[in-house]
Amino acid sequence: MNPFSSGTRLRDMIKAIRACKTAAEERAVVRKECAAIRSSISENDQDYSHRNIAKLMFIHMLGYPTHFGQMECLKLIASAGFPEKRIGYLGLMLLLDERQEVLMLVTNSLKQDLGHTNQYIVGLALCALGNICSAEMARDLAPEVERLLLTRDPNIKKKAALCSIRIIRKVPDLAENFSSPATSLLKEKHHGVLIAGVQLCTDLCKVSEDASNHLRKNCTEGLVRILKDICNSPYAPEYDIAGITDPFLHIRVLRLLRMLGHGDADTSEYINDILAQVASKTESNKNAGNAILYECVETIMGIEATSGLRVLAINILGRFLSNRDNNIRYVALNMLMKAISVDSQAVQRHRTTILECVKDSDASIRKRALELVFLLVNDTNAKPLTKELIDYLEVSDQDFKGDLTSKICSIIEKFSQEKKWYIDQMVKVLSLAGNYVKDNVWHALIVAISNAPDLQGYSVRSLYKAFQLSSEQVSLVQVTIWCIGEYGEMLVNNVGVLQVEEPMTVTESDAVDVLESCLTHHSTDITTQSMCLIALLKLSSRFPPSSGRVKEIITTHIGSVVLELQQRAIEFNSIIQRHQNIKSSLVERMPVLDESTFISKRAGSSQANISTEKSNQQLPSGASLKLSNGVAKPAASPLVDLLDLSLDDTPVPTSTSNDFLHDLLDVGLTNSSSSASGTDILMDLLSIGTPVQSNTTPENGSSIKGFNDILPIAKPNTATVQVVDLLDGLASNGSHPGAQSPVHPSITAYQSSTLKITFSFTKQPDKPQVTQIHATFMNLSSEAYTDFIFQAAVPKFIQLHLDPANSNHLPASGNGRITQTFTITNTQHGQKPLAMRIRIAYKVSNQERLEQGQINNFPPGL
Amino acid sequence: MGIRFVLLVNKQGQTRLAQYYAEHLTLDERRALEGEIVRKCLARTEQQCSFVEHRNYKIVYRRYASLFFLVGVDNDEQMEYTYCGSFTHGRSKQFSSVIAYVAMGAVVDVIAYVNELAILEFIHLFVETMDRHFGNVCELDIMFHLEKAHFMLEEMVMNGCIVETSKSNILAPIQLMEKAS
Repeated sequence: MNPFSSGTRLRDMIKAIRACKTAAEERAVVRKECAAIRSSISENDQDYSHRNIAKLMFIHMLGYPTHFGQMECLKLIASAGFPEKRIGYLGLMLLLDERQEVLMLVTNSLKQDLGHTNQYIVGLALCALGNICSAEMARDLAPEVERLLLTRDPNIKKKAALCSIRIIRKVPDLAENFSSPATSLLKEKHHGVLIAGVQLCTDLCKVSEDASNHLRKNCTEGLVRILKDICNSPYAPEYDIAGITDPFLHIRVLRLLRMLGHGDADTSEYINDILAQVASKTESNKNAGNAILYECVETIMGIEATSGLRVLAINILGRFLSNRDNNIRYVALNMLMKAISVDSQAVQRHRTTILECVKDSDASIRKRALELVFLLVNDTNAKPLTKELIDYLEVSDQDFKGDLTSKICSIIEKFSQEKKWYIDQMVKVLSLAGNYVKDNVWHALIVAISNAPDLQGYSVRSLYKAFQLSSEQVSLVQVTIWCIGEYGEMLVNNVGVLQVEEPMTVTESDAVDVLESCLTHHSTDITTQSMCLIALLKLSSRFPPSSGRVKEIITTHIGSVVLELQQRAIEFNSIIQRHQNIKSSLVERMPVLDESTFISKRAGSSQANISTEKSNQQLPSGASLKLSNGVAKPAASPLVDLLDLSLDDTPVPTSTSNDFLHDLLDVGLTNSSSSASGTDILMDLLSIGTPVQSNTTPENGSSIKGFNDILPIAKPNTATVQVVDLLDGLASNGSHPGAQSPVHPSITAYQSSTLKITFSFTKQPDKPQVTQIHATFMNLSSEAYTDFIFQAAVPKFIQLHLDPANSNHLPASGNGRITQTFTITNTQHGQKPLAMRIRIAYKVSNQERLEQGQINNFPPGL
Repeated sequence: MGIRFVLLVNKQGQTRLAQYYAEHLTLDERRALEGEIVRKCLARTEQQCSFVEHRNYKIVYRRYASLFFLVGVDNDEQMEYTYCGSFTHGRSKQFSSVIAYVAMGAVVDVIAYVNELAILEFIHLFVETMDRHFGNVCELDIMFHLEKAHFMLEEMVMNGCIVETSKSNILAPIQLMEKAS
């Protein structure tokens, strides 16, 4: 009896589901069906179990829970007939995954089926094992799979090969058992076996150095022969795609050759000819041909190819880039990004074309092109490229502006050689896309301006001009307000006019106008308003004639409903009214902001953000609880959050954190006794304490943050130290930092003839995802290194934070060390191991050197 | 590495086939992911390229009449490594160096990456195989013969790797089973 035709109930169900007009109807139908299936399962109805699983598959596809069918799959697998087994295995692969305990029960059935005489049943078992096996099953069943690799049937062989891939990925120790059978697979004629065999070899290379040496010695020749055969083979209808025989096999072989040739001159030389042949002979008018060319270029870039071959590859890239098909252009951009480290000159030649791609209408292409342009920027072309990008910023899509702005800002910050250029460009970006500029970028601008006494007048005037044209861009407005507050008299008196400037006249009341309009504008946020108040106070001292008007403006905010503004208005008002004698010294110009403190603070605050996010992830409901319960019982988490804020605010030592909390609460309580709406104010106060990233009540918090980021000089040296201290306390939840114990052995992360890097690890027991790495660099050569910079890159699932190194000078022959600490957060802890690429740049007697490498030997469990 | 999922979705965004490889998603995560991807891909025009990046995946998609074939491949071990370097103290000969910077860096990666064009070709091969079996395949064929579509996919892809590219080899076991019943 064929269950697919027996009864039309599967059909009926699908029809019923299709007929549903709304999601609710669909849910009802599915619920009814599920109920029927459950009862059929509980009655142990053998005849229908087949059909039930088929239905469950459909229901699963629609996204409904189907766990109750799992046992039924196991029963079907254990039954004798092929159709039952077939659907049972399919159900197994769809409805279960390796995490389920139930899976252990299937090991025995799998073992039996792997030894079955029917090749199709063996195929089914292999397929299931290859798709869902866990590490334990891999250990149990590896011998069976190994045996099947040597059978004669190509269908079984190819599946066994892919099954082996899963096994060695789960249990890398088993790799050596598979390396010689894998080699023999490459001698086959059947394409399925070949493609599976090549993939198995590729995976073996990845997990084991020995295997990769073995394959390099024994297989290179065979692989070249395979490639030659399929390249020159006459028309093969079964494998033909657009006139090319089996492009998939082409690609797989090319990829394995890349692995074997990478870093090995002999192998590279050996495969040179065949690569040249593939690169020059493959037709590029069809997608299949382009796919092969793409792979071939990739291989040429990855091995130690001759320069002639490289030229060939770069030419193919050029052709791709000018192709009209968007797909081809996309992959061309992708490849150029890789080619840049091999031959950056050649990529630079395509700069204009790439720049055009940044303006493409397709978001995927734009994104790639922008990343590529970013890599192409160097000292010589930074200026024209920045100009191009800024010009484009004006007309670009709204959703692209964020990316574009942040890239432009980093280019400007990284490549500016003179401050005037930097300020000019930043003003342009701020006025075009000020709403997209990140806070730390405009903070950096302010630090820069405060450090350039001869440009302060110029800056405030250009900002004033820019503000007249685009007063909607928040960060432009904020920088302008700050600068007018600090350097208002330079604006009015035209101090330090540069030759390039056009003369302009701004009166005192014009300057106050700017601030007043910002303060009263309906869309201005509290941060900006608070900044306006401070700026006004400063101006009242700098422009004595306008003092009366300033006082009026400030007075209007004495009744502000926003506590922050009210407090400022009242305090400033009393300064103006009652403390005239000390006012001018109170509002003196800010001392010059220290640039190096700013960097370390900036680095520190990004770390703080990460840890705030972390603590919030762990306490997802914490945020809402805090507001209601914060007063009654300040639990640990609000305290931590308050501390978090205090990192940026007042440099309160950890030990007095409780007092800090109490202080805050005290203020709130005092206020509540004097005001009718006391609780609300209290809430406000507490909301200052909520972390900065909570978007519901960000204003108060961020205003404070904003100010204190600008005013880091209060205690420049202690501030950074405390950031670290506080974080330590935060990370270990109050436990003493000394309590951390290193549980992982140190490793030698990188060693070359000139440099050795060792890593040691510390971990806090309650945060398995976070690892602190202490890197030590040692110079093995006889010459000292200067300008030593270490950079590291991690895959996206890992977050990396680097602290500054203790020095950038590394004495010769191991006579001194540089140490650097960094923190890594593995968001997929337990699932994926750490991986890191490193790049070390330094100078030896003024010659630049660059070393790079990949670290794969992290101890497990990080 | 390799293929992480194969999705078939119609013009209305309803899933018609879903197969995940080595991907542990709960039902809710799966629904959310499918919703996001489908919205993103269906909104694109014919002229735009067939690749979309989403979360950790790169999605290669192709449209056949009213059906969208979406294949998700790994994007995370791609070369999008973010180089994050903080300068050592005292290196401020250039003004710019006072600003800690995060730069995108490219490293030649020899293994971990995907050939997007080959995935496109794979989608086409899958469609042609179904075409040969069903004869001008349409959405309803796949709906009512979901298990057969899965069997074909199973013959073509195992654990995210392509295992067979010959249409007759892929269809052989399925035809045998039909004959037997």
